[in-house]
Amino acid sequence: MIPFDFDYYKPSSVEEAVRLFESLRQQGKQPMYFSGGTEIITFGRLDYLYTNAVIDIKGISKCQMMTFKGENLYLGAAVSLSEIEEANLFPLLTKTSSEVADHTARTKVTLGGNICGKIFYREAVLPFLVSESEVVIASREGEETRPILDVFQKSLQLEEGECLVQLVTNKKMIEAANISIKRRRQWDTGYPVITVVGIKVDGQLRVAISGLCSFPFRAKEMEPFLNDTKRPLEERVSLAIRHVPAEVLHDSEASSDYRMFVLKNTLLDVFEGLEMEEVR
Amino acid sequence: MTKVAVTLNVNGEESEVLIRPADTLLDVLRENLGLTGSKPGCLNGDCGACTVIVGKKPMKSCLMLAIEAVDQNVTTIEGLTDATVQRAFVEHFAFQCGYCTPGFIMNVHSLKENHPEADGETIKSWMDSNICRCTGYEEIEAAVKSVLYGGQEHHKR
Amino acid sequence: MENIGDSVIRKEALEKVTGKAKYTHDERTKGMFYAKKVISPYAHAKMTAKDTSEARKVKGVRAVITGENLPLIGEEVRDRPPIATDKVRYHGEVVALVVADTPEVAKRAANLIHVSYQPLPTVQSPSHAIEANAPLVHENVAEYEKDEGIEPIPKSNISNHTKIRKGDIEKGWRESEVTVDESFSFSPSDHTAMETRSAKAEIKANGSVVIDTSSQAPFMVKKLMNDYFGIEVGKVIVNTPLVGGGYGGKASVQQEILAYIASKAVGGRQVEVFYSREEDMITAPCHIGLDAKVKLGATKEGTLKVAEIVYLFDGGAYSDKAIHLSRAGAVDCTGPYKIDHVKCDSYSVYTNHPYPAPYRGFSHSEVLFAFERTMDILAKKLHIDPLQLREKNAILPGHTTPTQVRLNRSTIGHVPKCIEKVKKLINWDEGELVEVNDRIVRAKGVSCLWKTSTIPTDSTSGAILTFNEDGTVNLMSGVVEIGTATKTVLAQMVADRLRIDVRDVHVRMKVDTQTTPEHWKTVASRGTFMAGRAALAAADDALTQLKKIASTILRARVDDLDVGNGRVFLREEPSVGLEFKDIAYGYTYPNGNAIGGQIIGRGNYILRHLTELDPETGKGNPGPEWSVGAQAIEVEFDRRDYTYKMLRAASVIDVGKVLNEKSARGQVTGAMSMGLAFGGRETFVFDEQARVLNPRLRTYRPIHYGEHPEYIVEFVETPHIDAPYGARGAGEQGLLGMPAALGNALSTAVGVPLRQLPLTPELIWRTKEGIGE
Ligand code: FES
Ligand code: FES
Repeated sequence: MIPFDFDYYKPSSVEEAVRLFESLRQQGKQPMYFSGGTEIITFGRLDYLYTNAVIDIKGISKCQMMTFKGENLYLGAAVSLSEIEEANLFPLLTKTSSEVADHTARTKVTLGGNICGKIFYREAVLPFLVSESEVVIASREGEETRPILDVFQKSLQLEEGECLVQLVTNKKMIEAANISIKRRRQWDTGYPVITVVGIKVDGQLRVAISGLCSFPFRAKEMEPFLNDTKRPLEERVSLAIRHVPAEVLHDSEASSDYRMFVLKNTLLDVFEGLEMEEVR
Repeated sequence: MTKVAVTLNVNGEESEVLIRPADTLLDVLRENLGLTGSKPGCLNGDCGACTVIVGKKPMKSCLMLAIEAVDQNVTTIEGLTDATVQRAFVEHFAFQCGYCTPGFIMNVHSLKENHPEADGETIKSWMDSNICRCTGYEEIEAAVKSVLYGGQEHHKR
Repeated sequence: MENIGDSVIRKEALEKVTGKAKYTHDERTKGMFYAKKVISPYAHAKMTAKDTSEARKVKGVRAVITGENLPLIGEEVRDRPPIATDKVRYHGEVVALVVADTPEVAKRAANLIHVSYQPLPTVQSPSHAIEANAPLVHENVAEYEKDEGIEPIPKSNISNHTKIRKGDIEKGWRESEVTVDESFSFSPSDHTAMETRSAKAEIKANGSVVIDTSSQAPFMVKKLMNDYFGIEVGKVIVNTPLVGGGYGGKASVQQEILAYIASKAVGGRQVEVFYSREEDMITAPCHIGLDAKVKLGATKEGTLKVAEIVYLFDGGAYSDKAIHLSRAGAVDCTGPYKIDHVKCDSYSVYTNHPYPAPYRGFSHSEVLFAFERTMDILAKKLHIDPLQLREKNAILPGHTTPTQVRLNRSTIGHVPKCIEKVKKLINWDEGELVEVNDRIVRAKGVSCLWKTSTIPTDSTSGAILTFNEDGTVNLMSGVVEIGTATKTVLAQMVADRLRIDVRDVHVRMKVDTQTTPEHWKTVASRGTFMAGRAALAAADDALTQLKKIASTILRARVDDLDVGNGRVFLREEPSVGLEFKDIAYGYTYPNGNAIGGQIIGRGNYILRHLTELDPETGKGNPGPEWSVGAQAIEVEFDRRDYTYKMLRAASVIDVGKVLNEKSARGQVTGAMSMGLAFGGRETFVFDEQARVLNPRLRTYRPIHYGEHPEYIVEFVETPHIDAPYGARGAGEQGLLGMPAALGNALSTAVGVPLRQLPLTPELIWRTKEGIGE
């Protein structure tokens, strides 16, 4: 039960949504874009956030897109994770997102919602970080396509009123050998201790990680070590994990030293898994 | 408090309800429509006790605003009568306190509609959306499999 | 016709699969108010101010209650303010209540209450609590009003000490050739019933207090409302419909008190107090934690000689049931073994944790984790097979329990038989440890279990049977249907005794303390025993009445009559008789004269020969019987990652008699699942200030579908002569040995002893690698 009230808008175009946001802002409101809305609903109940106007973007066809155009796959921000899994146009994304929350919740959680979420795992972004996808962002000035690696710094860096519309991924990346591994505190349900996603492009391993730090990241600092084929595998991994970009999380899911232990083994599994992928 | 009038289609019946846009579907089903079969267990999307079917998909009704359900068909446990799933749950003793049962049944019913031939993996990935604290899941597993395979034992994992 | 033992489908099954089953929070009335709690974000803090002015201004707010002028409450020690006034002692404690027209308004107003806290140092564990300079949770524990026999230690955190002194400890140690000395611990966790707690209260014009509550103990609510607030017992009416799981957690009384206080503040209007999942986890009573020390001595051949035990139960911020829980842990402080010399000191200790409620098994799974892990460690030291060690020392009729009760064939189940069966079921002879490859091993672990129910010596249960015109009967019992199908089993018993079809026994599911005969509490697996005896007595009473009226009409002696198929007939000439329907509502002669009237059978039961424990030695008869069992689990363990899968879990329980096959099995597997979750994943995670970091099902995760092992369940039937059909309790036993068995299996798998719960990969890694927290 959400204790505060808000108005609900359901625009049918991106322009309308952006305009609406601005005019609500001018009226002194605190609008929010709403796609799956699961976080607004649950965090609203817990008083972790407040809004008095929500703009539901599920009625916008661009945000519902799920198609290849030329060499690129366009995925709308309002597509639910379960739709993504069922269509399975981006197998790595399917693998990663099918481990988020649970099946029923994923019929509601959307791609954009997960990526823009406050809950810091945001695992659905990982495949896009390794694929170096692009994001389509709408603002008053219109739509702009930008590399995700520029826009996603810990979280998606959107200006107020900007709206994530789509993610664009190149076919070549989608077809690259890939792997996604999620490790939990215990058994098969719950948040990750860590999730590691890797793909191999032009012989180079790219890795993105969630759950290790308080934000998901592309492990750029670690990759050179991982790709240093002159060294034995164990050593590459040992060197790489010295270059975690921020403080390692220490919370009710896992302690920081245990996370590092799991990271090491998971990276080894990434190599092993990718080798098997490539053989196939 | 600004309430709005909307029309919801629940269990094949249209009802006009006066709601706050911030009301969840679960709240409106229970408070406005008196359909208390959908249960609050966590209000956080974690337990599945509130599961209903929206369109063809299972949905945690605590994770959806009622206003989002406008123009969609909502089916709650009260909308199922003598469904095979319900019978299977009775026959297999797939519940004890019964509090998780409506949510489980709706999820299984939706699974059956979407994937009548679902394999063990798919069943698991759907079913772990719900928590049952009373049973050890063994009876639920038996009930689900009986519904999906018409009770063919050899399909069991 | 279905019989005793058959898997009769539960009476409320159709309600439950159609969504028509009603639980407390499902029933609403127009004009009802809603209360919202304000809870403490600190585990230990002084409150310097509560500013409620903003909240009171919100439109629709009817009352704001800050807790002054309320009596101290608590079941054995009155140490708990219903709403904290000067200081808070646990994270989640209620500090104010807002009553309003709608839940939204109540919540909005609750958010506007500003409480100023001055944090105090916290008590983090029972071991910490007894340290010399630990902060005091209660400054003046000795001054509280309390039940007789409870002795808090002044200026300490100890609220009670139960002593068990059996035999001669010194002698026991002298006779021991091999000894082990082990410590164990785990934090509090939660019951996590899917239905969160809720209650509604209303005060009628005549002063009657009507409470609807999701409770396992409606009759206790009635009693406590009288104890705490002086309301005449006859004026407390408690209604309990179906309950969405309890596992002991709903045997504590909390939500009812808040609802009553809220109703009183608004002139008696009906007010509902509903618990969010977060409140249900931390505000409401939880599952107890424990720090344990177990020392065992044995001969070289493995004969147990002595046990010296210290249990420090995490009593949390308030005693309520904690003292009773610590006493129950002392009563069965060992496993089900013959040990001549036993010393146990069991303490209930205050900490700044949520306070405990009973939890399925009432301290037994907790104590058994410590004891049965120690048994395995002893077996390793003795180089004896752990199952063999257990078998060798199994307690038998003729032996005495730690409280010196001499057991007989009826009062104890058959431990060796259970061990023998479980051994086969888990394929023990294959070996405890099987290497699968260089990373993976399969390992097995076992545990024995036993339990008696330390319930008040004067607990009663009653039943009423009324007949319908068609000869069918209605059964009323004070047992709450919490999911155990007890009321269906009672119907099976009544049908069996009256020799009618179980379909002709209609069961009233809802309990109403004004019209339903009392059943002490729906806990401790006592439903089938006590309520069963009462129901059978009621059936016998009805039969006597049926025969009496039939004897008049048939002009035959009562003892020449028999019953069957819904008839009373002449034993010698069965064709001469009367149908129940013709006599159950009185009998009318052809000329219009009538005799008799509606048949109403009544029965009750009170436990026999129970005694209080001696304060110095613990000697006494705590419960009617000991049920026993043996359990095992097989895990697949990854030696690189320290992760594991639970493959198969087996239980052999001596249930005396299986009354409903599938229900009994379901009770056992459900309990096993709960025990494995407790053993493997569930715990509150506290921060340095004793705040619970995971009060949500997303971060506190019970077992989900697909995580469960394959279950193997078998029963042994050693009758408990006093009980209906000889049946023993079956609702709790499946849980009791599971954490210990899991701990034993994993200790074997990893090759180091594991001493904490839950057994997460991280814990195992830490233990094996010797890495501190
Ligand atoms: S109440 Fe909706 S998932 Fe728990
Ligand atoms: S039957 Fe009680 S929670 Fe599933």
